[in-house]
Amino acid sequence: MKYLHLIWAALFRRKGRTFLTLVSIVTAFLLFGLLDAVRVGFDQAGKSANGAQRLQTGAKLSFIQLLPMSLGARIGQIDGVKDVTFANWFGGAYQKPENAVFSFAVAPNYLDIYPEMLVSAEHRKAFAEVKDGALVGEALAKKFGWKVGDQVPMQSTIFPDRNGSQNWPFKIVGIIKAADKKSGAWYEQMFLLNWKYFDDTTPWNQGQVGWYVTRVKDVSQADRVLKAIDDISANSDHETRTLTEQAAMSSWMRQLADINLIVTSIMGAVFFTLLLLAGNTMMQAVRERTGEIAVLKTLGFSGESVLAMVLAESVLLLLIGGVAGLLLASVIGPAVSAGSGGALNLPAAGLTSWMIGTGLALLFGLLVGALPAARAMRVNITDALAGRA
Amino acid sequence: MKFLKNLGLVLLLVAVLTGWVVMPWYGALAVAALLGLWMLVFRSGAQTRSVAAVGISTLTQRMGSSTVIVVGIAGVVGVLVALLAMAEGYARTQRNAGSLDTAIVLRGASANEVSSSLSREDIVQIEQAPGVARNAKGEAIVSAETVVAANLPVRDSPTGDSGSAQVRGVSEAAFTVRPNARIIEGRTFQPGLREIIVGKGAVRQFDGLKLGATLKLGNQPWTIVGVFASGDAMDSELWADANVVNDTYKRGSGRNSATVKLENAAAIKAFSESLENNPQLKVKASTTLEFFTKQSERMTQILRSIGITVGAIMAVGAVFGALNTMFAAVASRAREIATLRAIGFRGLPVVVAVMLETTLLALIGGVLGGAVAWLLFNGFEASTMSAGAVGKLSFSLAVSPQLLWEGVKWALAIGFIGGLFPAVRAASLPVTTALREA
Repeated sequence: MKYLHLIWAALFRRKGRTFLTLVSIVTAFLLFGLLDAVRVGFDQAGKSANGAQRLQTGAKLSFIQLLPMSLGARIGQIDGVKDVTFANWFGGAYQKPENAVFSFAVAPNYLDIYPEMLVSAEHRKAFAEVKDGALVGEALAKKFGWKVGDQVPMQSTIFPDRNGSQNWPFKIVGIIKAADKKSGAWYEQMFLLNWKYFDDTTPWNQGQVGWYVTRVKDVSQADRVLKAIDDISANSDHETRTLTEQAAMSSWMRQLADINLIVTSIMGAVFFTLLLLAGNTMMQAVRERTGEIAVLKTLGFSGESVLAMVLAESVLLLLIGGVAGLLLASVIGPAVSAGSGGALNLPAAGLTSWMIGTGLALLFGLLVGALPAARAMRVNITDALAGRA
Repeated sequence: MKFLKNLGLVLLLVAVLTGWVVMPWYGALAVAALLGLWMLVFRSGAQTRSVAAVGISTLTQRMGSSTVIVVGIAGVVGVLVALLAMAEGYARTQRNAGSLDTAIVLRGASANEVSSSLSREDIVQIEQAPGVARNAKGEAIVSAETVVAANLPVRDSPTGDSGSAQVRGVSEAAFTVRPNARIIEGRTFQPGLREIIVGKGAVRQFDGLKLGATLKLGNQPWTIVGVFASGDAMDSELWADANVVNDTYKRGSGRNSATVKLENAAAIKAFSESLENNPQLKVKASTTLEFFTKQSERMTQILRSIGITVGAIMAVGAVFGALNTMFAAVASRAREIATLRAIGFRGLPVVVAVMLETTLLALIGGVLGGAVAWLLFNGFEASTMSAGAVGKLSFSLAVSPQLLWEGVKWALAIGFIGGLFPAVRAASLPVTTALREA
């Protein structure tokens, strides 16, 4: 520690060069912070205490097949089931088909099973009473400028009403807020309508259900309940497949893309370049200080302490850049998420990202410093002072 | 004064970069030719040549720092090209499924096949519309199709995932309206039987899709009797007789879409107008090329913007790396440059020479990065849930010459920025100071 000022002085001996190198390091770690946020976002999907209690049951044949209404009551009788709800995909869009909205037609008790969605008692009451009422996520309402009481025309990209028209009018009766803004951003994008209204209006559904959501009393019983649900319909013409919410989400995410592979490849290229760049800087720095190092040694500094000082210098360089980059990512990520209106969710770097990030900075600092430090340790005093090294 | 000069430099930079972005390859070639001409013909050009020759010949002595520029830029270009190749491959796979002389008919407001539906009567009307090509027997060449999905086990999944594959119930004309598709193994399915043929891409993605194997859809066994290839989005699908598929999926007699062979490319106008003016129909026709291009547009755009964002952040890092290296290079040659200026060399040749040196390194980096991306990723298999469909779409990354050129352009732009400031510093260092100090 007592050498800190010496290390610091060495690091900023050439301010221009150190600054330029730092910017490169900062951008590398900025990219790391952002990409890691994406990766974590994919990883964390569905991983919550509430999510662990929920099971999703869909048709085994494919996710677009529907299930019979009678199944719900039978699931409810299984031992260990707390409650059951159901929903249908509505395929809604606002104004034009490209403005797709996550819209579900849901059973009256749907909100009970999703405590992550906060809806005031007054809004809930209105949703139950108004036939064509809709609850909309806060972010969604903001995006389209909707207020409670507004009459909004929605298109269903799938379902026509009895006259063949795909335009569905709704009255907005309430706003959904996410209990946890960070992990629940998705809930603020939702558009929920009454299943009864949906089923009455379109001739296509006829009392069928898109998927069931079951909440278990005890998480450790989830596996047993899940099998019991699938057993009900085994060998029928509507076999089901039940997964925990977490398994369903991560399986869905894996179908979208192999995010891990992409992030790892990009970061591999970035960090390889960074090592070379920072290594070159450190090499230059030590080379031009050969004389000074010789003086240090003359004064009695051992080879080992010179080695340690150069290593500390490069670790410090990487740590400053790394921390600055991660901080920047924590500022830019949420700003981008806010700017995208929830379409992108880049949370600020979490604890694991910080730990991996600083760990990498430390490791790279040692790697980058190794060669120059070894060189500094081996500096021969007489040669260096005579200008022969 | 110094501030004004720097401001001027930044403005110049912006102007040059803007021009650079829109410049086609022949424009760049013309600039290079002009530069070469200037160096051959004019006196100041000859001076540039000799300064640049010295700089470039000593590059190998500065191996470490030169490599920083080359590898830094290669990294940016490699990642950029690979990510753009993903967008390109995706778009190409979708686009190849379309052509100008086939049309697809969907229900009015539907953006994709799955959400569309056509009744038996609709299809009869479509078959009778003008512009539809007919076969030797005089029947309209129309494939009315059902699009559904099947959950299948994903190949090599450590977690035992199952994924969604798009299943298409087709009519006999399916292969006629899609000339790309052909059977590469086994035979096609027989109408009326629970026989299914699988696309090459689907075979790659899902487990158990082998010739002769039995596939369970719902609680019914299907036999895989053939494998087909089409080199486009259809490769990821499973095809069977539409009537049998409708039966399994309880779809009645309706279909999702109709793909129609037109008499010729010009017939689309008459065809779509007659459908739109038909009061009994609420449908919309477009050429399949238009349809598939539109399907891929959004996804391609997202993939491209991811590539460009990541590339841009990396490019900032690379620019500062290049600046660092070139400032060091200029500083170590300060005395040499000052000597040149003392014996009468002008500032401009010095600036251009330093820029040429950086550009050369950048070019090497760009070509290297592009080459690595091409070697590693051209043809690399990837897959995603495709927009507007209900199954996974497998596609291969495509590193096209266009993308390589784009990569080289980025490389040269990074080299330009990284070289400009050090070059100007080299040319503007007071001769006396430089000679005394270095």
